[in-house]
Amino acid sequence: MENQWNQRISEQPRHNANRKLIIAFIVFLILGAAAVYGWQVLKSQPTDNGALKPLRKVLNANEKLFTSTFSNKLSASYPTTEAVSRVRVNGNYGLKDPVDSSGWKLNIVRSAGDTLKLTLEDIKKLPKKDVVFDFKCIEGWSQVTHWSGVSLKELLKYYHLTEQVKENYLGLQTPDKGYYVGIDMQSVLHPQTILAYEMNGKPLPLNQGYPLRLIIPVKYGIKHLKRIGTMFFSDQKPPDYWAERGYDYYAGF
Amino acid sequence: MKTRVLNKHPLAIRWFHWINFPVLAVMIWSGLLIYWANDVYNIKTGHTVWFHFFPKSFYDKYHISFRLAEGMSFHFAFMWLFFINGLLYLLYTFLSGEWRYLLPNKHSFKEAWLVLLHDLHIRRSAPSQLKYNAAQRVAYTAIIIMGIGSVITGLAIYKPVQFNYLSWICGGYESARIEHFILTIGYVLFFLVHIIQVIIAGWNNFQAMISGFEFIPPSTKETKNGKSVEPENIGTTKA
Repeated sequence: MENQWNQRISEQPRHNANRKLIIAFIVFLILGAAAVYGWQVLKSQPTDNGALKPLRKVLNANEKLFTSTFSNKLSASYPTTEAVSRVRVNGNYGLKDPVDSSGWKLNIVRSAGDTLKLTLEDIKKLPKKDVVFDFKCIEGWSQVTHWSGVSLKELLKYYHLTEQVKENYLGLQTPDKGYYVGIDMQSVLHPQTILAYEMNGKPLPLNQGYPLRLIIPVKYGIKHLKRIGTMFFSDQKPPDYWAERGYDYYAGF
Repeated sequence: MKTRVLNKHPLAIRWFHWINFPVLAVMIWSGLLIYWANDVYNIKTGHTVWFHFFPKSFYDKYHISFRLAEGMSFHFAFMWLFFINGLLYLLYTFLSGEWRYLLPNKHSFKEAWLVLLHDLHIRRSAPSQLKYNAAQRVAYTAIIIMGIGSVITGLAIYKPVQFNYLSWICGGYESARIEHFILTIGYVLFFLVHIIQVIIAGWNNFQAMISGFEFIPPSTKETKNGKSVEPENIGTTKA
């Protein structure tokens, strides 16, 4: 090893070495300046839905990559005893109007002008599914929480929406359209995705989205829309409240 | 007039080093923008909080607050540069044989103490070395392992379902987040020591990370500061 190391010693004219040194520094300074310039160019790019355009492109490429490797792996499950009783409430977008509990219906737009309207009783007739998982907020905190409702996949199957689920996305909106999300179909059809009407075995509290909310363990909390009003199918990305404000559209695990 | 030079750092290593520096800086900065949104970590004993990560003055000074989305967009774009540059560095280091000057050998852990004592002016002589001394071997290898750790803990946070085995290795999602954070603090501490050491080691050592070579002083039999300056021991200062 020492021999090999010593082979790296060479003798050369002093001016030769000095010239190499100067060239190396000029190249270094040019590359350094190019890096600073590149950074400034990047920072001055126009934005696409709140994110710098080149970065939005990378976020979308990341989405493509992780959509292609998506499998129906489950989010880790926990015993119900581990679920917290004080469930964090982080936002009330789309919940500002008083809830219309007698008139509320889940609207599922089958096609333009053809909307399936379901009452909470209709939904509760389907098999009940419990999900206890680590709810993860995009802010960085997480909580083990317990939700019950109906598997979204089973509900879509029960109502024969087989053609509709061939579209790429599902859009969801609150009744006042104040909050809205878009979700890729493979996450919609994930076995742990439910429309929840209970939290910790009791009807959803108002601030948790009574009467019905989305629970989708393969996504950040921003996608778990509370108080669902309307659902619709689309091949294009449906509007998404936080994706319009600079966040990653996919926001999935 | 002729001079003797030691070709210390191959061109590839210099590229990797100088690409990593700004990329890691962007990763740490964007990481701070993300961390701010749930800044729950602190150092405490019992009920006494000694330091909260981070004080408001720090956030104000560097304009960290309310930039979560921006932080994520930078973090999940520049992660590719960090990962690819790191991967190429690893491949190069192992395929070129450069790892033999880098990885600690059986003497390194004991010798690293002697180097530390020497650096602190407690011990006169330093152990002989080739490219890196024992303390450097330990430190630079540790920083590579930390880089791998950042990728693993990062993926465990980023895709905890697809990479659920990584989350499991890290001890869960929240543990992975703490580990990711501690590694980042580790980089900052490494950076500070690294800068001090480079300054102390001097110009000839520093410029080798740009030009690739170090000048070897003309007299090779001289003894300086108790360090014997034999050919195999030359041009091999710290940092």
